Amino acid sequence: MAISQEPVDTSTPSESMEGSEILRVEDLHTSFFLPIGELQAVRGVSFTLKRGQSLGIVGESGSGKTVLARSIMGLTLAKHVEISGKAFFNGRDLLTLSRREMRSLWGTEIAMIFQDPMTSLNPMVKIGRQVIEHLRQHKNVDRREAKQIALDLLNEVRIPEAESRIDRLPHELSGGMRQRVSIASALACEPSLLFADEPTTALDVTVQHQILNLLSREQRQRNMTMVLVTHDLGVIAGRTDETLVMYAGKVVEQAPTAEIFDNTQHPYTEALMRSIPRTSQPSHTPLAAITGRPPVATHLPKGCAFSPRCPYVQPRCHEEDPSLVSIGTSEHKAACWYPVGSDANREAFERNLSDRLPQTLAVAEALDADQGSETSADVPDGELT
Amino acid sequence: MSESSVRPSGQTSGAPFETSSGRLRPGGRAWTRSTARAFQGAVGKMPWLTKICFLWLILVILAAALADLIPGLADPNYQGFVFGDGKTNEGPTASHWLGTDNVSRDILARLIYGARVSLIFAFSLVAAGIIIGGTLGSIAGYFRGPLETFLMALVDTWLSFPALIGLVFVTTMLGMRNLLVLVLVGSIFVWPSYTRIARATALSVSGQDFVTAARAIGTSRRQILVREIFPNVLPAMLAYSLVGLPVLIILESTLSFLGLGVEIPTASWGGMINQARQDLLINIWPAVWPAAMLFMTVYSFNNLADWVRKQAAARSAAI
Repeated sequence: MAISQEPVDTSTPSESMEGSEILRVEDLHTSFFLPIGELQAVRGVSFTLKRGQSLGIVGESGSGKTVLARSIMGLTLAKHVEISGKAFFNGRDLLTLSRREMRSLWGTEIAMIFQDPMTSLNPMVKIGRQVIEHLRQHKNVDRREAKQIALDLLNEVRIPEAESRIDRLPHELSGGMRQRVSIASALACEPSLLFADEPTTALDVTVQHQILNLLSREQRQRNMTMVLVTHDLGVIAGRTDETLVMYAGKVVEQAPTAEIFDNTQHPYTEALMRSIPRTSQPSHTPLAAITGRPPVATHLPKGCAFSPRCPYVQPRCHEEDPSLVSIGTSEHKAACWYPVGSDANREAFERNLSDRLPQTLAVAEALDADQGSETSADVPDGELT
Repeated sequence: MSESSVRPSGQTSGAPFETSSGRLRPGGRAWTRSTARAFQGAVGKMPWLTKICFLWLILVILAAALADLIPGLADPNYQGFVFGDGKTNEGPTASHWLGTDNVSRDILARLIYGARVSLIFAFSLVAAGIIIGGTLGSIAGYFRGPLETFLMALVDTWLSFPALIGLVFVTTMLGMRNLLVLVLVGSIFVWPSYTRIARATALSVSGQDFVTAARAIGTSRRQILVREIFPNVLPAMLAYSLVGLPVLIILESTLSFLGLGVEIPTASWGGMINQARQDLLINIWPAVWPAAMLFMTVYSFNNLADWVRKQAAARSAAI
């Protein structure tokens, strides 16, 4: 994932082969200038994506993941926004393109799937027509051909009885079906890069699974590059090649997905993992929430943004912001002075424990409960019933 | 619509199932059928009073539209007493069901032809409001910027100007007052309120994901306006016009009553009341009938508008 120093590859998209670089983001910053001050939504994000690869961007609400995706796509059109840095797509810097040039890329080269299928489809237009219009906009096909392609697409995204559903309005379909329609619509013009912005957050759990499988299948079959934005580590587990963990607008950890689960380095990633409820836990186990709140992006703390909530926090963390550096393998990077698993981290934990730091105590308590859960049924009951 | 603009150049546009409206392709028939079914269901759900109002409006609209075809309906401007075959201020008879007015014209015929004036006036102005106001408001709400500021300032100024006085002023200055002139002048005064509603709706629609989704698929802003914004602004416009219709009917009657509506002898409800005013003590009926028509029609529109509003609220709550 190291940023190459080679000159910009200016070959046309059709020439680029499997494994070639499709998207390279360099030091991307996005700030909104609000009456209450500058809101730094994205603070220097860099990553590279190869054709056919998939990337998961994970973070809490407000960590800047959606703004990052929309900045790259050129969709942040709020007033008083400032985007700096570079985002090369097939060698062209997207951030310097005019609106007209962007529009020629949107749909055909880069597409996006949105979070809420309730709002991402036009409620007044039949679903078939929405897909057909997107097709006809970019492809030189007549209405009948477009309808046939749309039908094939709807069948491909597993919409049962697509022939009869094509004339339905969005509100006549379930949430999962609607998300399938918006996927079909996004795939209509065969984009080479797909952003999926929390595509399953608005859906219930069983449907989430189906939609994610559908996306993974389409991504593989079409050799499409996909960026999957989510707040749920479970969503990306086993589905994306690469994972980027964001906190307060910065990448705090970046690694191949399996690596990030096996060898977590950043305390924030660790906290995210810990907060996933496991079926092995007895019922009514309290959720291991991360103590504190995400920082307000207009008033970021000095030093590491996670320091006020970090169980391993040391004085240095309040002063200096760690940069994203390789840890262990060159593919695994984390931005932490005391990465999880290191001796320095263990010492920091012990020190904080003896200082009785609230977030450290909470983690220690959760660890104890986890270890003791097999033997003692230490379940706080009564409150829920 | 805009489809013609995205049609590939090589394609002929004359095929019967591919009309430019895009509504008449084979699947469209099912749409019509399901709409008819939904319509039947909707009427069935109405409370009895609303049902009566609805039927009354259909009756009035049909009668006004087909007035020339109604067998046996008298000429509204035929003054029988001039030719010695009619009486003035007559009571109901077999040939004049509602009697005659003070110049022996058939009241029923004048009511029906008067409905035509009222309805054409009201519906045309609503259409003008939707077309002008809907377009300007959608543009203002979607494109924003200085254009919006200018348009809304214009709307605010315009709305503070009394429409009735404006109408009276302009028609008097023009010196001609046929229906076309009234509609054209009237549309100068209806667009601002529609613009305001369209802009407010367009503002909220523009923020929705499907507009961003359309952008992310490469749709031009002009096409987004036509395909995404306007269809979603339209329901709000239609809801408002149902409330606006009775107001416009009253406006037309007011103008006619003041002698500033359509020129006499063209029948209109307000004009009929005005004419009957002179002989009110001799025969009250030529005034009662148009007043009753006016009341029932306006009441029916309001009742129906109320019902539609409740239905829309229930539906949006259900979705």
